[in-house]
Amino acid sequence: MSATSGATSDLRGVLVPRAGILGRLTDRRARTLAQIGLGVVALAVVVVAATLVAPSADATNLLARRQPPSLAHPFGTDWLGRDVLARTLVGLRLSLGIATLAASISAVVALALGAAAGALGRRVDAAVSWLIDLNLSLPHLVLMILIAFAAGRGARGLIIAVALTHWPTLTRVLRGEARRVSASDYVAVSERLGKSGWWVARRHLVRHLVPQFSVGLVLLFPHAILHEAGLSFLGFGLSPDAPAIGNILSEAMRYLPAGDWWLALLPGVALLSVVLAVDMVGGNLRALLDPRSVHE
Amino acid sequence: MDLLARRAARLVLLLAGVAVLAFALVEVSPVDPVNAYVGAEVARIGPEQRELIAERFGLNDPPLVRFGLWAGRIVRGDLGTSMIYNAPVADVIAARFRASLLLLGTAWVLSGVLGFTLGLLAAVTRGSLVDRSIRWFAFTLTAAPTFWIGLLLLTTFSVLLGWTPVCCATPIGIDPADATLWQRLHHLLLPAAMLSVVGVAPIVLHTREQAVGILRSDFVTFARAQGERGGGLVRYRLLRNAVVPALLLQFASLSELFGGSILAEQVFSYPGLGQATAAAGLRGDVPLLLGIVLFSAIFVFAGNTLGDVVHGLVDPRVGPLRARRAT
Repeated sequence: MSATSGATSDLRGVLVPRAGILGRLTDRRARTLAQIGLGVVALAVVVVAATLVAPSADATNLLARRQPPSLAHPFGTDWLGRDVLARTLVGLRLSLGIATLAASISAVVALALGAAAGALGRRVDAAVSWLIDLNLSLPHLVLMILIAFAAGRGARGLIIAVALTHWPTLTRVLRGEARRVSASDYVAVSERLGKSGWWVARRHLVRHLVPQFSVGLVLLFPHAILHEAGLSFLGFGLSPDAPAIGNILSEAMRYLPAGDWWLALLPGVALLSVVLAVDMVGGNLRALLDPRSVHE
Repeated sequence: MDLLARRAARLVLLLAGVAVLAFALVEVSPVDPVNAYVGAEVARIGPEQRELIAERFGLNDPPLVRFGLWAGRIVRGDLGTSMIYNAPVADVIAARFRASLLLLGTAWVLSGVLGFTLGLLAAVTRGSLVDRSIRWFAFTLTAAPTFWIGLLLLTTFSVLLGWTPVCCATPIGIDPADATLWQRLHHLLLPAAMLSVVGVAPIVLHTREQAVGILRSDFVTFARAQGERGGGLVRYRLLRNAVVPALLLQFASLSELFGGSILAEQVFSYPGLGQATAAAGLRGDVPLLLGIVLFSAIFVFAGNTLGDVVHGLVDPRVGPLRARRAT
């Protein structure tokens, strides 16, 4: 995957256009698009499947307790005979929902702060930098525990905690971009032409920030999901009976010493796959929108 | 000296910010401190007793007055009393941190050495199968929830194989003070392994990226042109240049490490500061939570400062000698 091998395959794709699916897949752009599509489809399948099995996720069956994975229960059953696969799917849907909301809020905060810091001069810039420093001065999880404590437990506290802790990195990226734009010639020309600051912000600044913003939003996702799971695992998240992944794993911990290995292994693998799928979408999206990043 | 003063000023400013932020957050929390203190006995106490408890904790004063009193006490070194451990917060933090220190230290060294070695290996063999598997390993680790990796380690080594204990820092039924060094290390093994997994992926990827850049640089090309190969090239050209960014990152990662220790200590019931953090948040022990928040801020700051100092020692370009010559 070094830069040179990518460049030659690009060249081959351009110079010798091949027919058929094989030719398509050697085209790097098509491959990138295909991977994005694959990731999105995989996530959609999880959500749809979760919606289908949701009614049976809490169904207990005391005759089939603590069964290892089988064809009837691919992920096994837990100590109440609930199907672990169904609970995992519902938990993933829950995690995706919470992460979407939290990551979106976080990204919007980053957009506002980054644009302001980059375009509104030194004072605002210093204030935003200090906010970032303050945010990074505490370990991530400690800050999230503090916010979750402040907002009360449950979904609301979880969303607020994740949303308020994930903006610094993206803010820095957007700030740099905003600085470049507002120092550019075309912005200077617009200002000389008498365009208002608002017009410049709308027509130049925001449009230049959109690519970084959308990539940043998708790449915030994995962090949001993992931290949501971590907070739930510690007990700061949803109520213990909600089938969030963190809760499933936290409950599983009590039954691990008894040898019920499937309770922890398979839901975790599912979560890992979802995170990897989102990562794949984000990484490829960045490759599309910011082609230079591929050759770093 | 000037630098030291500026550092200290920054720390004070940062701590003040953290203190205001933390106090404000605790203030808006819907968790009732009296309920949190009384716990399960909440049904058995009447309004008079609630009033007494509130009075004792000073809960009836307005928030600003309480913040003033709290901040004043902290400046004098009094962090208050932990409700759940029924001991001064400073003592709880000190005792718990001593237990965590061994864990944090082991994991920190382990992840640093392992991550740096793997990163260098990947850079030297870049494009090969070794490089690809190392990068795949690192990417997968960043996508995996750390507490889940802890659970897997626990299931595999403690439950299925029975090599390591299931919980705690010392054997159950033995006074922790009497535990032998071997027993302690035995209990430390899995939590440290899990915690080092937290830090290993970023250092691998970062080191690889830096080292690849160095290998492409002019001075390496020149050394190659002069016939330098293999081990010598790595040792004299690569190692020292690559170790600087890796060290900086490793010191900056103390923040993540602290966060990871909360999860690791939860999974392995390790009685350290991380476990106390989770307990303080869950059971509404406000003085302890605030104390830990301030402590972790100092911890992170110390990590970053130490990183800068070590950076100066390792890299002569940013050291004090250079600064003196420049002035």
